[in-house]
Amino acid sequence: MLTFNLSIPSQLMAALLPDLILMGGAMLLLLFAVWRRESLAHQRLVGLLSIALSVVTLVAVVVTMYRRGTAPPGPIAVDNFRWMMDVIILLGTIGALALGIDDNDRVGTTTAETHVLILLASSGMMLLAAARDLMIVFLGVELMSISVYALAGLNRRSVRAAEGALKYFLLGAFSTAFLLYGIALVYGATGATGLAEIASRIDANDLASSPILLIGIAMLLVGFGFKVSTVPFHMWAPDVYDGSPNPITAYMAATVKTAAFAAFLRVWLEAFPAEFGSWHRAVAGLAIATMVIGNAIGLQQRNLKRLLAYSSIAHAGFILVAIAAGTSQGASAMLFYLLAYTLATFGAFAVIIVLSRGDVAATTDDLSGLWSVRPWLAIAMTVFMLALMGFPVFGGAGFLAKWFVLKAAIQAPQPQIALAVVLVLTTVISAGYYLYVVMVMFMRPRSESASTPMETPAWTQFVMVSCATAILVLGVMPEYSVRFANVGLPRMAYRRPPGDASPPPPFETTRVR
Amino acid sequence: MLAESLFFSAVLFTIGVVGVLTRRNAIIVFMCVELMLNAVNLTFVAFARVYGVAGQVFVFFVMTVAAAEAAVGLAIIIALFRHRQTVNLSNINLLKG
Repeated sequence: MLTFNLSIPSQLMAALLPDLILMGGAMLLLLFAVWRRESLAHQRLVGLLSIALSVVTLVAVVVTMYRRGTAPPGPIAVDNFRWMMDVIILLGTIGALALGIDDNDRVGTTTAETHVLILLASSGMMLLAAARDLMIVFLGVELMSISVYALAGLNRRSVRAAEGALKYFLLGAFSTAFLLYGIALVYGATGATGLAEIASRIDANDLASSPILLIGIAMLLVGFGFKVSTVPFHMWAPDVYDGSPNPITAYMAATVKTAAFAAFLRVWLEAFPAEFGSWHRAVAGLAIATMVIGNAIGLQQRNLKRLLAYSSIAHAGFILVAIAAGTSQGASAMLFYLLAYTLATFGAFAVIIVLSRGDVAATTDDLSGLWSVRPWLAIAMTVFMLALMGFPVFGGAGFLAKWFVLKAAIQAPQPQIALAVVLVLTTVISAGYYLYVVMVMFMRPRSESASTPMETPAWTQFVMVSCATAILVLGVMPEYSVRFANVGLPRMAYRRPPGDASPPPPFETTRVR
Repeated sequence: MLAESLFFSAVLFTIGVVGVLTRRNAIIVFMCVELMLNAVNLTFVAFARVYGVAGQVFVFFVMTVAAAEAAVGLAIIIALFRHRQTVNLSNINLLKG
């Protein structure tokens, strides 16, 4: 057990070591990427080096986690929640880089710097996972978003990509302004930007119903709502996902959302536990709207990327249920949910990459009769769809993820029965499109005109197989899943909402370590 | 001073929001976003008079980040202009549903 004193620069650097490795490595790779003439071999090399750098960072994260460091409240957090979030973010980064290498070999839209942009976005995300100060939250959000704006418009030959990138940029910048105004008002109400300090000042100065603080929290909610694409701030997501290159879409749908949720949860539970009564209803309302509308519109989609876009909106609603529970148990449920969701999303996009031709997005018609030509591809897609739906056993980790969220919602000190009911009902609705995809692959005949999908490239196959394996293994060995979820339990102060005398949630007793 | 500054920045922020929601030229929309960011800067500076230097440090971060954002944003707008010869958002309608 070692304690980092964050006011000493060298110890602050030690606590930020994995982030610094990724950032420094990304800078060096950027130099290397532009050093030589643009060629396919060079691009591939930069991609491989980027994957290697992500793996090194992953190792550094795991090593740091096992040293079990802690830190007093400061600008960054040193806890398992951060390290587990980093693991999920880095897995997503490796997935995006691997898919990007193959996609580039085929479509040729990528330049060598693209891989570096992904690394820079990921370092912003790791900063978000670590942020314990609103200033760091802002810097992390921007480092992530600005890189992803550029990534969305990567394919300069495609007018659709340019449109998607412009929409993403304008709405992203708009939402950032809301986030920032929220930060400014919270700072104005409490005089602090550190999360722990904000919470203690709210308590000490009895600010719980200060109008400036409440407006600030509402603005922050709007800002985060845009970033994680909750209804009614979701309008950009399907268009942007549709326009972007496939690997980037997977990265945006899974990893960007993971990082945004990490910061969202930490800010909400660490800075505003005393405001639970005020924000709880708003978050619960957003969750219900997002689950219902995301799944309902998802039913009408035939374009696979748009279908997954609405699915990702719906999943944002499911994850919000975990935040609305307002407990550490909810936080660990969210952590596992994000892992399962990341695995399933990257797997599904790997299949889409194999199916799509050029700039045209794959539709459900491209899937019909896939079983008869590419049985393993069809089986893999089935696993990912069932995981996204949360189907027992065959959906593997996806089922457990939903189960943990449901449990967190019901066992919260204020049981979220309504949210739990909506979650179950909308999961049934979502079967309408997830199972439709499965049905089309296995029961429709292959049309005469349909071309046989290309051979799966090596890296895409690697992503597909490892995602499917991880989903199934985590699904049939729930003790590992429980362990994963519990290792990441954040050390967050839990405080009961005023007027509530129920006992604290029983998460400490379930801790496995 | 504090109340006036806060009121003024709230008005600026609202003008920015209304501009983003009503204008159709991508450049103007982007300028409205910048107006919102600067309204926030004013709020920070106003509060910094009460709470000390942290608010002013934040302003420097915001200005730096806004500059980076402008660089990427204008590049995206140019990329779109090369395809469509317009930056009018009403004409940006390929992606629907």
